[in-house]
Amino acid sequence: MNEYSYDYRTVQGFILSAIFWGVIGLVIGLLISVQMWNVDFNFGEYFSYGRLRTIHTNVLAYGLGIGAEFGIFYYLTIRLTKRNLVLGKLARFHLWLFNVGMVLATFTLFIGMNQSLEYAEFEWPIDIAIVILWVIFTIVILTNIFKRKEEHMYVSLWYIIATLIAVAILYIVNNLHIPATLTKSYHLFAGTNSANVEWWYGHNAVGFLFTTPILAMFYYFLPKATGLPLYSHRLSIISFWSLIFAYLWTGAHHLVYTPLPDWIQTLGIVFTLFLIAPSWGSVINGYFTVDADWGKMRTNYLTKFFVLGITFYGLQTIQGPSQGIRVISSLIHYTDWVPGHVHMGTMGWVTMVICASVYVIIPHIYKTKIFSEKVANIHFWLVLVGQLMFSVTMWVTGIQQGAMWKMTNADGSLKYTFMETLVGNYPYWQMRTVAGVIFVVGMLFFVYNVFMTIRQGQTQAAAAEAKAA
Amino acid sequence: MSQKKDIYSKTIPFALMVAVTILVGTIVTTIAPMFTKGMHPKLDNLKPYTILELAGRDVYQKEGCVNCHTQTVRPLKADVLRYGDYSKAGEFAYDRPFLWGSKRTGPDLARVGGKYSDEWHIQHMENPQAFFPKSNMPKYPWLKDKPLNVNEMKARMNALGFPYTEEDLAQAAESTELDAMVAYLQVLGTAVEKEGVMLVEEDSVEEANPLAGNAEALAEGKALYAAECAGCHGVNAEGNIGASLVDYASAGPASRDTYIIIANGYEGVMPGFASSFSRERIWALVEYIESLAE
Repeated sequence: MNEYSYDYRTVQGFILSAIFWGVIGLVIGLLISVQMWNVDFNFGEYFSYGRLRTIHTNVLAYGLGIGAEFGIFYYLTIRLTKRNLVLGKLARFHLWLFNVGMVLATFTLFIGMNQSLEYAEFEWPIDIAIVILWVIFTIVILTNIFKRKEEHMYVSLWYIIATLIAVAILYIVNNLHIPATLTKSYHLFAGTNSANVEWWYGHNAVGFLFTTPILAMFYYFLPKATGLPLYSHRLSIISFWSLIFAYLWTGAHHLVYTPLPDWIQTLGIVFTLFLIAPSWGSVINGYFTVDADWGKMRTNYLTKFFVLGITFYGLQTIQGPSQGIRVISSLIHYTDWVPGHVHMGTMGWVTMVICASVYVIIPHIYKTKIFSEKVANIHFWLVLVGQLMFSVTMWVTGIQQGAMWKMTNADGSLKYTFMETLVGNYPYWQMRTVAGVIFVVGMLFFVYNVFMTIRQGQTQAAAAEAKAA
Repeated sequence: MSQKKDIYSKTIPFALMVAVTILVGTIVTTIAPMFTKGMHPKLDNLKPYTILELAGRDVYQKEGCVNCHTQTVRPLKADVLRYGDYSKAGEFAYDRPFLWGSKRTGPDLARVGGKYSDEWHIQHMENPQAFFPKSNMPKYPWLKDKPLNVNEMKARMNALGFPYTEEDLAQAAESTELDAMVAYLQVLGTAVEKEGVMLVEEDSVEEANPLAGNAEALAEGKALYAAECAGCHGVNAEGNIGASLVDYASAGPASRDTYIIIANGYEGVMPGFASSFSRERIWALVEYIESLAE
């Protein structure tokens, strides 16, 4: 079978679905960013901050993030196993189930079905649907890997396999609930246990939904896009195993200074600091790969996305562990520093690498070139500026907020009322909205570029067909 | 390809090795602790939630309150000053799930139970800006229009194994989501004995206002009143949940008494502000209140 007979329609379906959910999630993100500084932008029960904030994270994490990962993983698997999807029909069913599931999941959050576990908010019937969805995905991918025509598994496949296994374990354990009725259930774990399980899940959802999958893309598409061979295979082996080993110990760094037993907190902090090493293993591997020819930064627009993406990953993995250290946590925990940190990862690392991967895949599927490198460059600069402005303003806010919360007077009383510390955030929150607008406009350039590339591919294919006839 | 056949060519051994690698940290930090005593403590005073309280907790989850409010006070000086005694593991034995949260856009609620009156919470949910003009908390006017579903609540109590009586059910049948929310907020943190973090001794306070006649202090007191006190005592100090301060000031109380009331509060009616306002600020408030006398 040659590569021209590969069926990429499921891949494309997922990518377009992810774009759809991404736009919804981003628009809601903009709205809630305004609600933070102008309470009049809360519109009744269904469009008030409490509900929309949950929808924002879920739609972007699961709709955009995982949706894109499903599609890109199928693409990678086809390429790396050198055969078409063995269970192509099942994969197509997966695509439909994903979109139906996203509609239902979003609807249930709107009406307030919410387990209140961060990133695991869906109620139990949706949880079961998600497990089924994941099992289908795993079966499709593993079947291809079992029946692959290439003996060796490339590093991207390791990360894909780790993602499949880890997410299954994490999701099932944390979503063990006692159902009361169809729409309501209670966490099987109580109090400190509930907290410990949730953050073991919560942090590793980041690890195995936004780190390992993106690394799978990075390791494949960076050498592909730049034409430069991966710097070190040995380094990728070491960073892979140490990353997936260390990640699972770290959840408790979210619970520093809570009633969780100290030894678990300390263990969490120690392994979090260790995690810098494997993360930087991948960062260094990426840098040294491009080091073979830095000129690509100028000549190849995709290199910019990948190099900046991995740079934000590198910064993220320094910032994250330092946040875990008790003294730093005591200042910035619970402040806007945290969303600042998260958004550097999601807007900087995850989105950049996903977009760049899509820029490789879509022209390849349509046997054409990208519609416009210029538009891609505008997209790049807007998301870069938007994200930096967002992250930096939130870091500043976080430090100010944390410091104001802490300050005391000579007589031992607090210097600021809570409301004064809140009002101090408003100018920064307004700046964040502006940053969000810049980022979203950048993403709209991306969407436009993808659709125009598809159209261009279709036109060229039609022309070629007409010529042949 | 000329690479030798190793673990990276064998799918099943590779996948197993990945699973084992992942499970080590999981078992040590998450599974094993579940079997230790330290993860299951329960304070003696802790009671299971009543129907109304549980319903309120469910509304709290439904509205996504956990996105903005934490429920864990850290053992840090400023946290304890601002919110009260730090959180104990044994307070959360009936919490499924835990609601400690991860972001404080609004204040921590771990010790909010008993801090304000029910009426305060009712009015505050209806319009938070009436109490704190610059608050960014959304209004929740729909809660008072939503009756509780008793059958649903019965099923939820049964699922959790919490005790209840027919009387409780009857009460729930007449209650709204707002009543439930208030009941829940009022029980938060009550399993721990409440003690004022900072209380002022009468002897330590000057008899007369050291800032008396100070125009700057009067302006500061007025601004502070508008930001923190007007919700309860009325925009023009005419009284609402709290007493009319016009009437109060007209009676000509001693400055020191006014100071003590602001600093130490009244249990269950008005919180004390000794830890959150500096001495100068309290005196500035006293100055403003005294200026209200007719």
